[in-house]
Parts: sequence; structure tokens; C-alpha cells
Amino acid sequence: MASLPPIDLPRGTTGAGAFDAPALDANAPLFDFLLRLADDSLILGQRLSEWCGHAPSVEVDLSLANMALDLIGQATFFLDYAGEVEGKGRDGDALAFHRDVLDFRNCWLVEQPNGDFAQTMARQLLFSTWQKRLLKHLLRCADPRIAAIAEKAVKEVSYHQELAAEWVIRLGDGTEESGRRMQAGLDWMGRFVPELFEMDDLATFLSERGLAPDLAALRADYDAQLQAILTEATLTMPAPQRPILGGRRGHHSEHLGHLLCTMQFLPRTYPDAKW
Amino acid sequence: MNDWPLWEVFVRSKGGLSHRHVGSVHAPDAEIALRHARDTYTRRMEGVSLWVVPSAQITASDPSDDAAMFDPAADKIYRHPTFYNIPDGVTHI
Repeated sequence: MASLPPIDLPRGTTGAGAFDAPALDANAPLFDFLLRLADDSLILGQRLSEWCGHAPSVEVDLSLANMALDLIGQATFFLDYAGEVEGKGRDGDALAFHRDVLDFRNCWLVEQPNGDFAQTMARQLLFSTWQKRLLKHLLRCADPRIAAIAEKAVKEVSYHQELAAEWVIRLGDGTEESGRRMQAGLDWMGRFVPELFEMDDLATFLSERGLAPDLAALRADYDAQLQAILTEATLTMPAPQRPILGGRRGHHSEHLGHLLCTMQFLPRTYPDAKW
Repeated sequence: MNDWPLWEVFVRSKGGLSHRHVGSVHAPDAEIALRHARDTYTRRMEGVSLWVVPSAQITASDPSDDAAMFDPAADKIYRHPTFYNIPDGVTHI
């Protein structure tokens, strides 16, 4: 791996600069955990929905929209629960559409731009392969509501992972151009993978209480499956790069703010709008 | 994509019923065709099983030959099993 330390927000600044950081009470860790789960799905769902009407074929258009809807559905369950845990009267819509960028807890990987179809599939494979492992552990989560959401979501994500693998294999082992683009997509997204396995204070706290798995312990299995898929695709693992961390504490790439502008425009401009 | 072959899609709506033709998808190969069929035709719980068949593998009757193919069956009403008395207790016939 690269010898440089990860690019990261200085520790101890959690919540600094947040416009409406959650108060530190007994439910704060669970609330923050639910935001991490929800925001990963919400932001990736929004990203995938940008393909709607622009995919390489109408069938692929539907595949991507289906994945987006699965993910937004997961986010709705997690955010509604987060709102109940927080106890301040915010529901899933309020948390999705009336939170500012510093309060989002998604990883950097999901907010990255779609790029070309290969880059989108690289992001999907890297994320879904991880999310599937996380959800499988959450089936045994000490919180039964999270376990119930995971039970529905793990089937959806298993399909996302398979579909992404199919496309990565075909593009990687396709033409000279498709192979080159697929490798470029993986190399672009690779620097955001270490964040998925980061064990920060909250992740350690959750793991000790049986609410979440030890993320670092998922890495070997993740790498093994990824390696198998990439070998079949005649591709190589993403080149080691300096990892970027911080999304879990609200430190994001510039892309997220632009995404939220699009996603939040309507409910913020017309707060009473119903649909 | 323009160079992707066409595949005919068949859906079994529930266990015990036959697969029925529902439409077609473009896909580069059979595995992706199956996924495209899933994403295109079973989004609203329409099915429990899917078949995809390369459209090129289907041999179809010639529409210009309709008369010779199908008209001779038109006046053979005795081929319909409607000339039997069905006992009252027998259902689903």
C-alpha cells in the first residue's frame, strides 16, 4: 500500500461546522449509525437515478433504475427509524431533504460521479460487494428493527452485486476499449475502498455492542471475492493509492453538495409540496 | 445497443402455470438477457421463473401462408370436446 497516511479530517472535530449536529445523548450513536447506513443507500440511489433516460439501452436503463429504487427504499426504512430514534419529529423525508451536506454520513465512494458506464459499474461492484457483507452481518444485529431491514435489503443487494460483477466481467474481458475503460473506472474508485472498512470510534462502539460487525474483519473476504471477479474479467485490483477518509464524520468531496442541490431542490423550494 | 441480439422472454406467473411469452429484450448474451428480462418484465411481481430464447432460434409460420395453415381447422367443430354430458360434480372443465 501507499506509504502516505490517509487523507482525513482531523480527529476530534466530529460535528464541527455542522449546522444542526445531533445532540449527544444516549441514542446519538444509534442515530449516527442509522445515518451511515441510510446515506450510503440514499446517495448511491440518487447517483444511479441520474442514468435514467441516458443508459446505453432501455434494458440497462431499467436495471439501473431498479437498483436506484431498491437503494432509495432501504434509505427510507433506515431514515424513518433514525427519525424515531432521534425523537425530534423528523421523518425520513425531513432527514433526506432538509439536512445539509456536513450532516451526511455516507462514504466517499457512493457520492463519486457516474463517469462512463464502466466507472458506474466499478463503483457498484466495489460498494455492493461490501454492502452485501455488511447486511449479512446485520441479519444478526442486536437491534431487531435493523435486522428486519437488512433481511429485505440483503436480497436486493445480492442482485446488485451479481449484476455489477456480470458487467465488470463482460467489459473487462470485452474489447480493448471496454477493458481499458473498466480498469480506469476501478482505478478511479479504488482510493475510496479503505474507508468502507475503517473502524473509527463509533464503529468500534457499535461492534462491541453487537450492533455492527468488525468492518476491518470483512476485508480479507471482500478482497478475495473481488480478486476472483477481476481475474475472470482479465482486470487487476485497483492500483494502491492514498486512501481518503472522513465521509462518516461529514467530510465529503465537492460532488456531494452538487448532488444534494439536485436532490433537495424541490422539497426545499416548495416545503409543502406533496407527491 | 444496436449490435446486441434479440431474446424472447417467457414468464411463469406462478408455480404450476406454463411460461408465457411476454416480450423481448436486447442483450449481449444469455446471462445478461435473463437479467434484462428480470429488470424489464418482473418488476411488479409478475413471475416466479424466467426463460429467454434467442429470437433467431424461433422458426415462425409465414403470415402469407395463413390460409393453408389455419383455415382448414375452421369448420371442424367436432374437434372441440363440447359434445359430452359432464356430471354435475365435475368442475374446472
